[in-house]
Amino acid sequence: MTYDLDNLKIVGTRPIRPDGVDKVTGRANFGADFKMPGQLIGKVLRSPHAHARIISIDTSKAKALTGVKAVIVGEDMIDIAHELSQTGETAIDVHDLSLNVLARGKVLYDGHALAAVAATTAKIADEALALIDVQYEVLPHVIDVDEAMKPDAPVLHDDMFTKGLDETPTTPSNIASRMEMGLGDVEEGFKHADIIIERSYKTKAVHQGYIEPHAVVANFAEDGTAFVWCSSQGHFTVRDLCAKLLGMDSSAIRVIPAEIGGGFGGKTTVYIEPLAIAMSKLAGRPVKMTMTRAEVFRATGPTPATSMDVKIGVTNDGKIVAADCEFRFHAGAFAGSPVGAACMAGLTPYALENARVVGYDVVSNTCKSGAYRAPGAPNGAFAVESAMDELAQMLKMDPIEFRHINAAEEGTKAIYGPTFKQIGCKDVLVATREHPHYKSNLGPNQGRGIASGFWFNVGGQSNAAVNVHEDGTVTVVEGSPDIGGTRAAMAMMAAEVLGIEYERVQVVVADTASIAHNDGTGGSRVTFATGIAVTNAAEDVVLQLRTRAAADMGIDVEDVVWQDGSAQATKGDAKSMSLADIAAKAARTGGIIVGRSSINARGAGPSFATHICDVEVDPETGYIEILRYTTVQDVGKAIHPSYVEGQMQGGAVQGIGWALNEEYFYNEDGLLENPGFLDYRMPVASDLPMIDTVLVEVANPNHPFGVRGVGEAPLVPPLAAVVNAIYDATGVRMTELPVTPIKMLAALDAYKEAAE
Amino acid sequence: MAKIHVTTTINGDPAEFLCEPHETLLDILRDELQLTGSKEGCASGDCGACSVMLDGRLVCSCLVLGAEVQGSEVETVENIAQGDKLHPVQQRILEHGALQCGYCTPGIVVAAKALLDRNNDPSETEIRYWLAGNLCRCTGYDKIIGAVMDAAADMRGEAS
Ligand code: FES
Ligand code: FES
Repeated sequence: MTYDLDNLKIVGTRPIRPDGVDKVTGRANFGADFKMPGQLIGKVLRSPHAHARIISIDTSKAKALTGVKAVIVGEDMIDIAHELSQTGETAIDVHDLSLNVLARGKVLYDGHALAAVAATTAKIADEALALIDVQYEVLPHVIDVDEAMKPDAPVLHDDMFTKGLDETPTTPSNIASRMEMGLGDVEEGFKHADIIIERSYKTKAVHQGYIEPHAVVANFAEDGTAFVWCSSQGHFTVRDLCAKLLGMDSSAIRVIPAEIGGGFGGKTTVYIEPLAIAMSKLAGRPVKMTMTRAEVFRATGPTPATSMDVKIGVTNDGKIVAADCEFRFHAGAFAGSPVGAACMAGLTPYALENARVVGYDVVSNTCKSGAYRAPGAPNGAFAVESAMDELAQMLKMDPIEFRHINAAEEGTKAIYGPTFKQIGCKDVLVATREHPHYKSNLGPNQGRGIASGFWFNVGGQSNAAVNVHEDGTVTVVEGSPDIGGTRAAMAMMAAEVLGIEYERVQVVVADTASIAHNDGTGGSRVTFATGIAVTNAAEDVVLQLRTRAAADMGIDVEDVVWQDGSAQATKGDAKSMSLADIAAKAARTGGIIVGRSSINARGAGPSFATHICDVEVDPETGYIEILRYTTVQDVGKAIHPSYVEGQMQGGAVQGIGWALNEEYFYNEDGLLENPGFLDYRMPVASDLPMIDTVLVEVANPNHPFGVRGVGEAPLVPPLAAVVNAIYDATGVRMTELPVTPIKMLAALDAYKEAAE
Repeated sequence: MAKIHVTTTINGDPAEFLCEPHETLLDILRDELQLTGSKEGCASGDCGACSVMLDGRLVCSCLVLGAEVQGSEVETVENIAQGDKLHPVQQRILEHGALQCGYCTPGIVVAAKALLDRNNDPSETEIRYWLAGNLCRCTGYDKIIGAVMDAAADMRGEAS
């Protein structure tokens, strides 16, 4: 069923989220806030080398230490063949995952886990780690993606033979795979170009930067079952990955979803969770593990460093005739960077007849990359949107106009296959051009940049139950961890369908034993997919309510409609029964009323975003200040506009950090030099202006309330928006991120010198 | 080494605990006293998730040793709402949707209240610099700043 979006009572308003009070009072329980009686503290020994062969690990002294209850090393893990485990947005190779959780044979990066201990206190656990004697043969390492692709680079995996080539090579390399996609004939297209631009760009690895470090408490019982408390973006994913890694049944592991302190894609896999279960089994006691901030930086999954080439040809009237890109992404120590998504997304805001994108997935001696908000797309958009900006300059055309001429619209065939239905790409550009920000004046050393971005959004598996209580209140039971207010969205949709007040609906994110599998909170899918499940389940309730009311009234169910929270007879006497009336009688009319829905949602509806950024560049210091920032996005229908705006603002600021400050900084030994918030500099409140938002609501026809995913697209445009603004302010084109003041100053000096 | 015996006042109530010399106030609050509202994001004074008031001063509890609070008064996020009445900062954060994951929120609440207790009419810039020690990765700070400005207006008794 679809609803009249202009006549909604609750959807589109801004109520207080159901879990809000607990989160402002400190009562909400996050990953590390839980403990169990008799619990041990688990810690991990990590590689001090970027690349080394493990000659031996002697744990005998650690095991002998009083208070130490369990010690495990890689050899204690079961061997698992390569197999892709789908986790919603991404697929994880469980063989590689097992080696990432505990190294065997070689350590592949600074921070790679190679042993773990559980002891009665944290101090004893630390002492035990120091007593583990590891002999290494240090090997040559490689960090940079272009270096890693060279034939003479140190090879990480002897069994890695590049996939996706016409002929599989016979010698191993760090190139895990090559992919290519395209439209039309690129060579032919370039023949019609009046202007061709060819540029190269680089970005550094950056971390999601969630403030909550990973934490877990696991208790393995003698009957072979395990209880796991942890925060993650997908507790079903945690359960299934732990089951595979440990050779357990999924049903034997019950994962309780703690409140999650941010994820942005980084909590869609496992690191310490299987170690805690395995050590709890050995020790016969619960094991709690928490990562330090340094461990989070060194050994979880940042988004990769990238190196990209872009070639675009246009006619003098601004029509793109061909585009050709090559994206090289490092995946970290194991294959599986988001280069595929980058290839699919980079050019997608534009309707192109001739386009080609080639991608390389490359391993190097850095921690295994993970998903980060629209994985791969911000990098690709940085390259493409920087080139687009330069082209607009060369064409002497307004950058929005240039994009509008080429913008994707209904009927455009995207490079990754589909033909778009109703999309908001052009609407967003028009709204951007009309925004007062775009027309405002700039002062000296100030500049303005714009950039666009696209993200697919995903659907996936969700299920939900709506329980109607005897007193007429309602509980929605769902299985998607709430990272950004989705409980509110679920309660609002359920209340809208049922026609009752928002306050009468509670929402519970249930554990893995209390509801069936839900894909994780990722891919901007929850308000879309879980929202459909909740809406369907509430509609299922409505049908049952109508049926019970019809029986009570002695008429056919077809003659009863649901309106304003009550069943109303359309024939005979004007009778009506409220939800509360029907619920009160439920026990006598067939039992408690429960609505259910289980779906695999399709048609997530892509998002397009365009951002406007104003900067001022200090010519003396190279310091770049963000003066004003506006985000415009096609959000479908905003269920709770505050949380939609929040996604856009948060994404924009992460992008500003990526553009200006954030980077993984490796020294010549391949060791990470900045694994802390002091040296890995994320934006703070005083770095920023208010972030303006414009919600362009182009309803998604595939959702009863028109919802599109929202959360990821906001991180796609900012990188290029910032550098385009820097160009406008200074005339200097920055092609490598981050644009630190040092880099900016050097570029300004070089620019001045060249001009003199 | 023997543990240190510490007597102190936490959220207005007398409290005592034994701690090792290296244990931080944050460790003590969370692990010994079950006050888990204060969060650890970095343990190095860079994120502000562990913000508490120590003798009326805003501090990162991860940078204070447990043994240091002998005879002091500590106030944590758990003591900011009075009974079931939220502080204006808490109420406005909820109304603005100025939290997404909510992990930074306890620290923001403690820090913002500390600001408004000394200055109930701060400018946007003053709020931004005061909260510069509180990392929020989710919100981009916009709604947090707006919420604190509105809470300040509430505390000045202005209707909004
Ligand atoms: S935990 Fe204390 S400042 Fe981060
Ligand atoms: S709301 Fe997530 S860190 Fe602030």
